[in-house]
Amino acid sequence: MFVINCPFCGEREQSEFKAGGEAHIVRPKQPTELSDDEWAEYLFMRKNIKGVQFERWNHAHGCRKWFNMVRDTSNDEIKAVYKMGEKPPIE
Amino acid sequence: MTKNLRVKTGKAIDETYRISFKFNGKTYYGFKGDTLSSALLANNVHLVGRSFKYHRPRGIMTAGSEEPNAIVQLHDNSSRTEPNVRATEVEIYEGLEASSQNCWPSVKFDVGGINNFLSPLLPAGFYYKTFMWPASFWEKYEYFIRKSAGLGKSPTEPDPDIYEHRYIHCDVLVIGSGISGVMAAKTAAKNGFKTLLVDEKPNLGGSTIYQNSDYFKINNQNSNSWLEKEINEIKKLKNLEIKTRTSVAAYHGYNFLLARENFTDHLPIEQRKDKTRHKLLKIRAKKVISATGSIERPMVFDNNDRPGILLSSAIKRYADFFGVACGEKNVLFTNNDSAYETAISLIQKGINIEAIIDNREEVDSKLVYEVEKNNIKIFKGYTVTNTFGYKKISGISIKQLSKDGQKVVGSRINLSCDCLGVSGGWTPAVHLFTQSGGKLKFRDEDQVFIPSIYPSDQLSIGSCNGDFTLDEILINTPKSLKEFLNIKNTEYESLEVISSTNKSKRNIWLLPSDKVLGKTKSFVDYQNDATAKDIKLALREGFRSIEHVKRYTTTGMGTDQGKLGNMHALGIISETAGAKMGELGTTTFRPPYTPLTFGTIVGRNVGEYFDIFRKTPIHSWHEKNKAEFENVGQWKRAWYYPKENENMHQAVQRESKAARESAGILDASTLGKIDIQGTDASEFLNRVYTNAWSKLAIGKCRYGLMLNEDGMVYDDGVTTRLGENHYIMTTTTGGAANVMGKLEDYLQTEWPELDVYLTSVTDHFATISVCGPNSKKIVSEVISDLDFSDESFPHMSFKNAKIGKINCRVMRISFTGEHSYEINIQANYGKSVWEKCMEAGKDYNITPYGTETMHLLRAEKGFIIVGQDTDATMTPIDLQMDWIVSKKKYDFIGKRSLYRSDTIREDRKQLVGLLTEDPNEVLEEGAQIVADVKKSPIEMLGHITSSYFSPNLKKSIALGVVRGGKNMIGQKLIIPMEKKNINVTVADPVFLDKENKRLNA
Ligand SMILES: [Zn+2]
Repeated sequence: MFVINCPFCGEREQSEFKAGGEAHIVRPKQPTELSDDEWAEYLFMRKNIKGVQFERWNHAHGCRKWFNMVRDTSNDEIKAVYKMGEKPPIE
Repeated sequence: MTKNLRVKTGKAIDETYRISFKFNGKTYYGFKGDTLSSALLANNVHLVGRSFKYHRPRGIMTAGSEEPNAIVQLHDNSSRTEPNVRATEVEIYEGLEASSQNCWPSVKFDVGGINNFLSPLLPAGFYYKTFMWPASFWEKYEYFIRKSAGLGKSPTEPDPDIYEHRYIHCDVLVIGSGISGVMAAKTAAKNGFKTLLVDEKPNLGGSTIYQNSDYFKINNQNSNSWLEKEINEIKKLKNLEIKTRTSVAAYHGYNFLLARENFTDHLPIEQRKDKTRHKLLKIRAKKVISATGSIERPMVFDNNDRPGILLSSAIKRYADFFGVACGEKNVLFTNNDSAYETAISLIQKGINIEAIIDNREEVDSKLVYEVEKNNIKIFKGYTVTNTFGYKKISGISIKQLSKDGQKVVGSRINLSCDCLGVSGGWTPAVHLFTQSGGKLKFRDEDQVFIPSIYPSDQLSIGSCNGDFTLDEILINTPKSLKEFLNIKNTEYESLEVISSTNKSKRNIWLLPSDKVLGKTKSFVDYQNDATAKDIKLALREGFRSIEHVKRYTTTGMGTDQGKLGNMHALGIISETAGAKMGELGTTTFRPPYTPLTFGTIVGRNVGEYFDIFRKTPIHSWHEKNKAEFENVGQWKRAWYYPKENENMHQAVQRESKAARESAGILDASTLGKIDIQGTDASEFLNRVYTNAWSKLAIGKCRYGLMLNEDGMVYDDGVTTRLGENHYIMTTTTGGAANVMGKLEDYLQTEWPELDVYLTSVTDHFATISVCGPNSKKIVSEVISDLDFSDESFPHMSFKNAKIGKINCRVMRISFTGEHSYEINIQANYGKSVWEKCMEAGKDYNITPYGTETMHLLRAEKGFIIVGQDTDATMTPIDLQMDWIVSKKKYDFIGKRSLYRSDTIREDRKQLVGLLTEDPNEVLEEGAQIVADVKKSPIEMLGHITSSYFSPNLKKSIALGVVRGGKNMIGQKLIIPMEKKNINVTVADPVFLDKENKRLNA
C-alpha cells in the first residue's frame, strides 16, 4: 500500500485513492470528424508499461480532486505527483 | 508409562505451577511457561502427526514458527476449534485440548500409512498425472484425497472471540528481539526515534538469552546476563513500545506492515471472556529494522523424518529454556559448530550425548575441544546414511564421506539412539525482506542468501543479514545502526567480546548414501512429503524454473512455506542442473509469514458490521409495516409489503393493481440526487446526456440517458431545471456514486473551463412518489396551497411548495405511467410527510408498494432499468430509444461511438417485448431465447431481462434482448427450459397505454 502525496492534501494512505488509468490522453475536441480507427485509438488503446508510467489518480475519499502521478510500476516508486493541466515534472 | 524427561529448571518455566492438558484424549502435565511441544517432549511424546502424502509418523522438529510437522487441531468440537496450529507456538494452559491433525483414525494406527508402502506409485506430480482423466471422475478423487489428506477441521459455529484492528505510526519498527533487535531498539529510542519493538515469542532475547557459557562473553559477562541487563533497561525507555506475542505477517511496499498481536491464546478459556483475542496491527513505519534471526537447516539424508529427529538448536532450546531433554541417548549430526553449542548446553545439564557425527574432517574449534574433553565420541568426516525405528528413532547408520563428499566409503557403523539433533547450518530469515520487494544475493562461502538491495528505508541486522556469530553481530550491528539512523555513536562501540564459534561448514545439499537415490526417502519438504528423488524426477521430466519445480513437487507449498527445506531444494536443483545457486533465483515468500485466522483479518467487520448499509428516513415505517427488504447497492429498500399470509407474488399483484386503479405510494429516497449549479450548467448537461438541454424551461423536468464514451448506456434519470443556472439531477440508486465520480472526472480533467459545481445531495432529501388516478387528490390534500391544475402543473414540471412551514419540491413525473407526483423534502421530515400522505390517501386505498411492484409497473410501460435490461453492451439504439439521441448536438459523451462499424450492425441484440403463448406462463429472468431447438448446437439469440405476471393486463409479460429483435415483431421464438420449451411472440416493449393517456388521467 503506497503513501500518496495528494497535491491538495499531502500524504495519505493509498486506500483513500482511486486509480484512473493512463494520463495525458486528451478527449478529442471533434470526435465526429475522426475515423473509426482514430476514435478507437482514443477509446481503447492504453499503455501498460513495466517501468515509469504516467497515471491519473483521484483522491476519492478525500478532496475528490483528480491529479497525475508518475509511478514506476516495477517497484511502485512514485516519482512525482502534479495537478491536472500541469506539465509532468519528469520526462 | 510416560517418562519424565524434565532435567533441571528451565529459564522459561515455573515449576511451582503445574498445568494439566490433553493431547489426543490423554491427560498430561506440564508447567506454566511450557509450549505444547516442550510439555509433550517432557512426557517423552515425539509422535504428533502424520505426513501429508505418505502418512509417515512425524514428530516435533523445531522449537519455533518454522515447525513443519507438529501441526495440531486445538479445542476439537467447539466453536473455538482451530486447525493448522504449530505445537511449538502454543503456550499451554489449564484445560488445553489438542489433537493430531493429519491422521485418521489415530496417530498410532493410520490407514493412510499404506501410502508409505505404495510410495513408488506416488512420485512427484502424482496427483496431476493420475487424477487428470477422465474429468468426470474428479469428484470422486477429490473426496478421497481430501479425506485422507485431512487438512484439519474448520469450526461450524460462529467465532466467539473478539478481534480488533489498530493503526500504528512509528519512526522505527524493530522486528525481532534477539540481541541485535534489542540493541537496535535501544539505540533508536535513545536517539529520539519513536520506536516499536515486536517479537513473536512471549519473551524477549532471541537465542542469546539462553547462551550461558564461558565461550560467549560480552564485557566479561556471559552473553545471556549481558543481554538480560539490556532488556531490563529498554523496558524503562519512554520512546519505546514493546509488543511480545506479536508476529509480523506481511511486509508491503512503503514500509506498511501487518502484525498480529496475540492477547488471549495462552489463557485458559474461561479467562478469555470479553477480552480481545488478536489485534491486527497495521503499521506504517518511517524506518524498519529487521532482526528476524535465522532458521537452522536440517540435512537431507535417507529417512531424515522420523520422530525424534529434531533441529540441534531446538534440542538446545528445549533444554535451556524448558529444562527438557528430548532424549536419553542423544546423537548430534552436524556440518558446522552449532551442534557443539547444543552439546555444551546438554553437558551442563547432565543430558547424555552418545556421539556427534560431523561432516567436517578437521576442525580447529574451541567448542569442539570442549566437547572432546567430556569424552564424547566425535565421528569426523562421517555422515548419517540411514535411520531406524518406526514411531520413534531407535538408531542410525553412519559411513565415512569421500573426499569430494559425493560418496560414502568404508564400512557402516550402527549407533543406537532415541534422539538425533541435526544442524545443517543457518538460513537467514529473509521472508519479510523479500515480501517487501527486497533483492537477495548469494554468499558462496557459507551458501546463504542475504539481503542486498533494499526497496524502502529499511535495514537487516544480525543473523537475518548473515552475521551468525556473536562477534560479527556486536561489531556489525552498531556500524549499520549509525549509518541507518544517521547518528554519531552507539553504546556498543568498545565491547569486549569472546566468541568461540568456528565459522567453517561443509555444506552438502543432498548427502550421499550407500543406496541408490530411488530407494531412499530423503525429505526436503517435510510438510508436503517432497523428497530429493521427487526434485530430481521433476528435473528429468524437463522442469527447469524453480517456480515450476516447486509447484510440480509441491515443495514449499505447505502452511510453513518450506521454511526448512527451500534451500535444499534449490541446492539440489542447482547441483543436478549444473546451475549456480545465485543465478537460479529463489521462490517467492508470500504473506502471511505464519498463518492468520480469518477472525484476525476481518476484525470487527462481522455480522451487521460486515458492510455498511443505508436506510432511508422512512425505513422505520417500512419495518413497522412488515415490509420485506431487498439490498440495492448498500441500501435496504422496501421490496414488498405482505399482508397476513400473502406470499411475494400475491402482495405484488395486489400492490400493482392498487397503484393503477386508485393510488400507490413508493419510498424513492434512495435515488441518487446531484445538485448542479453554475453558468455553464446547461452546456454541461448537453455534453453528458444524449438529448438536448439548453431549451428546457425553468420549472420543467426531462428524462435523460447517459452513455459511456463507448456508446453504451451508463445511467438514466430525470433532471429538473430549478433556476437559470440550477438543476437537480436524479440517478439510479445503484449508480449514484459512480455517476457523481464520472461527472467530476469530466469537469476536472476534460472541461475545466466550464463553470459548473456538483454536490451530492442524495441523503439530504426524502423522496416520496404518489401515483395512480387518485394521486392528485391525495397530494393536494397534503400540500394545500398549490394549484394542481394540469394547466398550471402539467406532467414533467416542478413546483416549489410548502407543507406547513417546511419547503419542499414537487415534481410531476412518472416511472409507472400513471398520473403521479414526487415530493422531495428535507430528509428528517420524510417519515412525517409519508404518514401524512397515508392519512390523506386512506379513503382511496392508498397502497405502499416496494421495488418489486415498481419494477412490474414500469415493465408494463416498457421503461428500462439500467443494469437489469441493459448491461455494458447496450446502446440507446439497441434499446429502441432512438428518440432520446439528439441528432443536432455536435457532441456528447459516447456520441461518436454510436456509429462505429460495430454499433451500427443491424444484428445487434435489441430490446423487445415478449408475450407467451400461454398468458399464464411467466418466463424466468435470464432464460435463453432461441429460434430453432433442432439445430445443434442450438443458436442463442438472446435472453430474458425482465419478466412478470401483469395483473393489470392479466397476462404474462417480458422484456428481453434478441439478436436483430427490432425487425422481428410478431415472430415466434422459443424459450427452452429444462422440462419444456415455451413458445413466445416478439412484441413491442410497451405493453400498456402506448398513448400515455393515463399520465393525465
Ligand atoms: Zn486530496
